[in-house]
Amino acid sequence: MEGNLKPAVGELLIEVQDLAKHYGPIRAVDGISFEVRRGDVLGFLGPNGAGKTTAMKMITGFVEPDRGRVRVAGHDLADESLEARRKIGYLPETAPAYGEMTVAGFLEFVAEARQVGNIAAALDRVVQAAALGRVVHQTIETLSKGFRRRVSLAQALIHDPEVLILDEPTDGLDPNQKAVVQELITSLSPGRAIVLSTHILDEAERVCNRALVISQGKILVDSTPEALIAQAPNHNVMRLVLEPTALIELMNTLDGKVWCDRVERLSETTLDIYPQHGENHLGALMELTAGLEIHSIHLQEGRLNELFRDLTRGVEA
Amino acid sequence: MRRFTGIKAVFRREFKAYFSSPLGYVYIVIFLVASGFLTLSRDFGRFLELRQADLSAFFNYLPWLFVVLVPAVAMRLWAEERKSGTVELLLTLPVTLEGAYLGKFLAGWSFLGVSLLLTWPVAYQAARLGDPDWGVVLSGYLASLLTAGAFLAVGMLFSALSRNQVVAFILAVAASVAFLLLGLPQTLETIGNHLGGYVEQLFASISLVDHFEALSRGLVELRSLVFFFLFTVAWLASGMLVLDRTRAA
Repeated sequence: MEGNLKPAVGELLIEVQDLAKHYGPIRAVDGISFEVRRGDVLGFLGPNGAGKTTAMKMITGFVEPDRGRVRVAGHDLADESLEARRKIGYLPETAPAYGEMTVAGFLEFVAEARQVGNIAAALDRVVQAAALGRVVHQTIETLSKGFRRRVSLAQALIHDPEVLILDEPTDGLDPNQKAVVQELITSLSPGRAIVLSTHILDEAERVCNRALVISQGKILVDSTPEALIAQAPNHNVMRLVLEPTALIELMNTLDGKVWCDRVERLSETTLDIYPQHGENHLGALMELTAGLEIHSIHLQEGRLNELFRDLTRGVEA
Repeated sequence: MRRFTGIKAVFRREFKAYFSSPLGYVYIVIFLVASGFLTLSRDFGRFLELRQADLSAFFNYLPWLFVVLVPAVAMRLWAEERKSGTVELLLTLPVTLEGAYLGKFLAGWSFLGVSLLLTWPVAYQAARLGDPDWGVVLSGYLASLLTAGAFLAVGMLFSALSRNQVVAFILAVAASVAFLLLGLPQTLETIGNHLGGYVEQLFASISLVDHFEALSRGLVELRSLVFFFLFTVAWLASGMLVLDRTRAA
């Protein structure tokens, strides 16, 4: 199922071709291919065990693929691993960090390993971006889960990378912190290619301009969140609350209308109208209901999680 | 030196880590107390009874001390990284596996060197008793440092093999003891009786004891230096291969 891809405008920064990894009989990643351009924020969506994390581990060079290749900013990960890794900032799923080090000490170590020129300036920049000022001299083992994740995000940004790979970047954060990190990701996106995995579909809607649904190691959909929402079962469904007599009259009128896929009567006074192909036919409905006693009309937006459930349930079955 | 990219950053982090946790200080205290005890004890070194201006009483028991203490230093080096997940962070930085591995080894070895330096009062005491041969003293320290490095390389392989530090420690102690026992006359005699002289010689040549004793007596021979170099490099190279296979497991 191929969706409506956004026009490719930015420079190609990540190329993944036929990437595969097996663990014994389990196909963790089964021949996936995709590209990410500068300015793209690609959301990896999928249930637990779908292969998102394994794919990210291969893109960052931690796990060697059984098959396929990855190019980062023009560097093949197999042949020019160091050059490719220099271009990547990576936040692993578990947000690992050396617990006995202070936040500043840890970030300095990562900056040194990444051969950052002005370490003090880079430190100031990421401490500010990840709002770590209050804990910068604290040892990491004494920090809350939310702060640890932000420390890990800060290390991923220390060298101002062109490519960001973020595995569950907002996992463990409270709603306020989630919003801050999502805003940070959005603000970082113009000059970079960002790949993030998430279970929170609202987050994908909010932050990503592309969504890639993975299940059992395969890509099911490569599309935009908007296009995915349009395919969701309840997209543009119109819910009307009206007088019982008006409801009967409307149902009779709707019969035979090409744009109306089906009608579902929920009660004596409530009706759901499903349009053909999830298109918006609110205007046509307003014309039909002129003169009827209507209490309310509500146009529903498709929810990504409904489509996500439909897609992945089919594969898992 | 592209192959060893990242060695300096990893070395600095690791070396500092010994002094930012109690482990480093506990190790140094135990090492100094145990080596002092073995040197002075009437049942072991008998340093005070012998009243000789040399450090043989001190050096003779060091390999047996290292057998237990060096694996304690080595056990955390990779097992902890793998258990806490920091290995994923480390090996996705622009750092080669060789750079990371050797950076950790050199940091551990330098830490062991620092703890050896802290035994200077023994040398000072020998100098007060008479006029020690400083060449022999220095070659004794060289032998000790090389032995510590060799055991560290052994311990690092087992640390790369197991996520569990206790398992890594036990396996490293067992392997280190085996390499020491191989050099004891009783062991070699038994091997010779059952497997023949050629095998006996082969086992004698890979024993640390012979080379350690030669060096600590002041016999700085090329074959002993080459032995320690090859022994350590072989274990380091094997450890890197093991880590490459186990890092994501």
